[in-house]
Amino acid sequence: MNTEVGISLTINGERISRRVEARRHLIDFLRLDLGLMGSHTGCEHGVCGACTVRVNGLIVRGCLVLAVSLDGATVETIEGMSDTGEIRDLQDAFVARNACQCGYCTPGMLVTAAELLSDAAKTRAVPSRAAIREHLSGNYCRCTGYHAIVDAVETVARARADGAGTGTGQP
Amino acid sequence: MSQVIDPRSVDRPNSYIGRSVPRPNARKLVEGRGQYVDDLILPRMLHVAFARSPHAHATIGAIDASTALQLPGVLRVFTGADLAPHCEPWVAVLAHLKGMKSAPQLPLPLTTATWAGEAVAAVVADSRAVAEDAVARISIAWQMLPPVADMETALDKATPVIHPALGDNLVFERTNESGDVAQAFKTAHKVVDATFHTGRHTGVTLEPRSILAEYNKGDGTLTVHHATQAPHMMQEVLAKHMRLPLSAVRVICRDIGGSYGIKVHVYPDEVAVAVIAKMMGRPIKFVADRLESFASDIHARDHRIKGRMAIDAQGRITAFDIDDLTGIGPYSVYPRTSAVEGNQVVNLIGGPYEFPSYRAKTTVVLQNKVPTCQYRAVGHPIATAVTEGLVDLGAEAMGMDPVAFRLKNLMQDDSYPRTSPAGMRFEGLSHIKSFGVLMEMMDYQGLRADQERQRAHGVHRGIGFASFIELTNPSPFMYGIGGARISAQDGCTVRIDPDGSVVAATGVTEQGQGTEAIIRQIVAEAVGVPIDVVRVITGDTLTTPYGGGTWACRGAGIGGEAALQAGLATKEAALKIAGAMLQAAPNTLDLVLGNIIDKATGAVRMSLGELGRIVYFRGDTLPPDLPRELMQTRHFITKQFPFAFTNGVQASHLEVDVDTGLVQLIKHWCVEDCGRIINPLLVDEQVRGGVVQGIGGALYEHCTYTSEGQLTVGSMADYLVPMAAGMPDIEVGHVETPTKESLLGAKGAGEAGTAGAPAAIMNAINDALRPFGAKVFAQPFTPERILAALGRAPKR
Repeated sequence: MNTEVGISLTINGERISRRVEARRHLIDFLRLDLGLMGSHTGCEHGVCGACTVRVNGLIVRGCLVLAVSLDGATVETIEGMSDTGEIRDLQDAFVARNACQCGYCTPGMLVTAAELLSDAAKTRAVPSRAAIREHLSGNYCRCTGYHAIVDAVETVARARADGAGTGTGQP
Repeated sequence: MSQVIDPRSVDRPNSYIGRSVPRPNARKLVEGRGQYVDDLILPRMLHVAFARSPHAHATIGAIDASTALQLPGVLRVFTGADLAPHCEPWVAVLAHLKGMKSAPQLPLPLTTATWAGEAVAAVVADSRAVAEDAVARISIAWQMLPPVADMETALDKATPVIHPALGDNLVFERTNESGDVAQAFKTAHKVVDATFHTGRHTGVTLEPRSILAEYNKGDGTLTVHHATQAPHMMQEVLAKHMRLPLSAVRVICRDIGGSYGIKVHVYPDEVAVAVIAKMMGRPIKFVADRLESFASDIHARDHRIKGRMAIDAQGRITAFDIDDLTGIGPYSVYPRTSAVEGNQVVNLIGGPYEFPSYRAKTTVVLQNKVPTCQYRAVGHPIATAVTEGLVDLGAEAMGMDPVAFRLKNLMQDDSYPRTSPAGMRFEGLSHIKSFGVLMEMMDYQGLRADQERQRAHGVHRGIGFASFIELTNPSPFMYGIGGARISAQDGCTVRIDPDGSVVAATGVTEQGQGTEAIIRQIVAEAVGVPIDVVRVITGDTLTTPYGGGTWACRGAGIGGEAALQAGLATKEAALKIAGAMLQAAPNTLDLVLGNIIDKATGAVRMSLGELGRIVYFRGDTLPPDLPRELMQTRHFITKQFPFAFTNGVQASHLEVDVDTGLVQLIKHWCVEDCGRIINPLLVDEQVRGGVVQGIGGALYEHCTYTSEGQLTVGSMADYLVPMAAGMPDIEVGHVETPTKESLLGAKGAGEAGTAGAPAAIMNAINDALRPFGAKVFAQPFTPERILAALGRAPKR
């Protein structure tokens, strides 16, 4: 039964080496082995998006990625993205707009929204509300009904397009 | 004092009540620094996984756990018989629901599994993964029994009785009748009728049910970290059934990832965790996985309702006649019971309308499916769908516009206080005014013109309305009079600390609604301090005043009033001390934004921090007999009305693709009247979130079963919930009719959206389908059902 494999990777800027069971997915690895509790387990089927994190710059479902496949990878979670200030403007907008109620989906939602915003920033375009809704459709929220989340993302997209820059937050 | 909270005065000092102040606890949540039960790790903590019945109804034969126990990391396997000596069984009935019956229930059943998904054995291991591995190695000698799957035949002689000791599968029945219904239908100008189905669905909290229990053998205390809405209720239940003194049980709720009523019930598997923790003397954690959630979280709204409505020649409603049938699974759920939903249906149908005669019967039966119980807006979405569906049929039968028909029949705003034909007492509602606000928001005539134009192009858009009432601020008439140890009263303790900061501890709880935010606003305003110096404590039976928690829209109306009164009392106490220190009459002083001021001139006399310093550290300098009570507790309970009813109206604008049956939501409106609004931002988002949860039940969410009682949704890929792309923007409007029962005047707002949305969606779909003469009344309104109504797919 012991199928542990050694991996070394970078998580939120820190070099981490661990032996992990072959069956352990990324979210269990983050939560149980590293104590990074900001990413949440919602369905473990890759549907709800609560476990969304960034691997090598792209968003993934943490429950669908095995930790052993991440040797040499760079992983960023909500904790890291908060510490760097990268999404401070988006977090501020979520607080101001009450786009977060119970907060369980929120870290995954923010990681997904951050991707849309950084893609949009490359062209200085403000995504339409429909485009924001489409992009966030893989992240379920049972509290807000999404309207406030779309408002918050739209507000940040406009601010960034107006030249506020990315994140604007300080660690 | 009353001017302090007069909402007409926006420039009043400390004016936090009525303002869109952000939530104090939101920042940590957006940084992923909340603390949910699954985030807690305790020394020597163990994990539980349950072996669950694969059958809807089966005798539990020998349980062989020998190979499971061989697995490294597995410590114990518990069966029902192992736990039974350590836990008193419960029977979920309420005395005021006359004739109600249910069977005794234990943490794990002894002889018979009564739904597919019922936990029958518990494996304790040093990780959840190993516990799950061990569950797969448990072998149980099942003997299958015939299941009761169809509620329509649950009471037939030929149908097996699930609990033979009960005699039959009937849990509860009640007929609510007034006036002369037979005469009304005999003399009616028009009679409309329909059979409605509300699909069995569930809450899908993104954080699954979670509990972490630890028992200290040294001092005999049980501490339970629990994702629950009602910590004091859970404390009562665990103490009573585990035979512990109430004072030995502490229930703590940190952050909770959604609740919506799902987390206000007693779940046998969670009680098993507490019992196991006591037996083993080690912390035990259980967090349901998603399959377990679908198969063991309460379901709701499995109803079939036959309804008819009589109308006179002037187009006035004269009577409703309703026959409701609901299947609740094999047990009534403890301690709120599973008869309340049906009871609400027969109390709430017809609620917004003026008519003389009423008859509504509910029949609550057992079946071998997941138990059902109270889920957000309990009974309201059902009652509103039936009422508003019949009202739309009535308008059509009379050849009237649905808006005109409603305005003719809604209770007039000047007709309160009054009692409805269903026996509900209304203090003050605003149906007509709310409809007026809705009409201003939505450009109804413009949408009708667009509908005509689009129909010419084969595009079928519909507009649907739903007026509704919502029961909030419950008194002991909801549960307490029936014998349930659930507090309708709530309390708040407000304390000024030496630096002039304020701590408020409240019995109402937070699951994301913004409870802590509104308590903070109310306390800041009542005491007279800047809002950022107020900290709020919720969710701990040891440190908060005894209370009911958050359910049935009671947080703002009950908990808010207790906070207001406690805050005002604390301010009075501080001014008394300040008066002694400043040699001024206390009534010439005021406390504004953390400073004691002279009321007449507004001059600052001293800071609250200075007062705190002297009280706590230099009490020797104060007059010896001066009371120094900078901590005050007040409680509140409603006394004049059993419930504070709110009201509102919703409208849906949508498009039906008549080739695919798909519904595209274009826009949704909700005008609601929750009395005094404490925080408009939070109220609006409660309404929006509630609307979308209602839309989920109307369009997507369905716990489907085979005829053998097998649940056929096991993951979020099977069970659809509203996603961002499919949801419309939702406009929210308000009318404010404060309750006079409290100084604050607040009623509940959290369930209004869910109460009215399914009815508005149904009416909009049927409005879109009107040219085809097709109608749908069975939720969820799936493409298949819409195509079947159009005659383009077989009816099933």
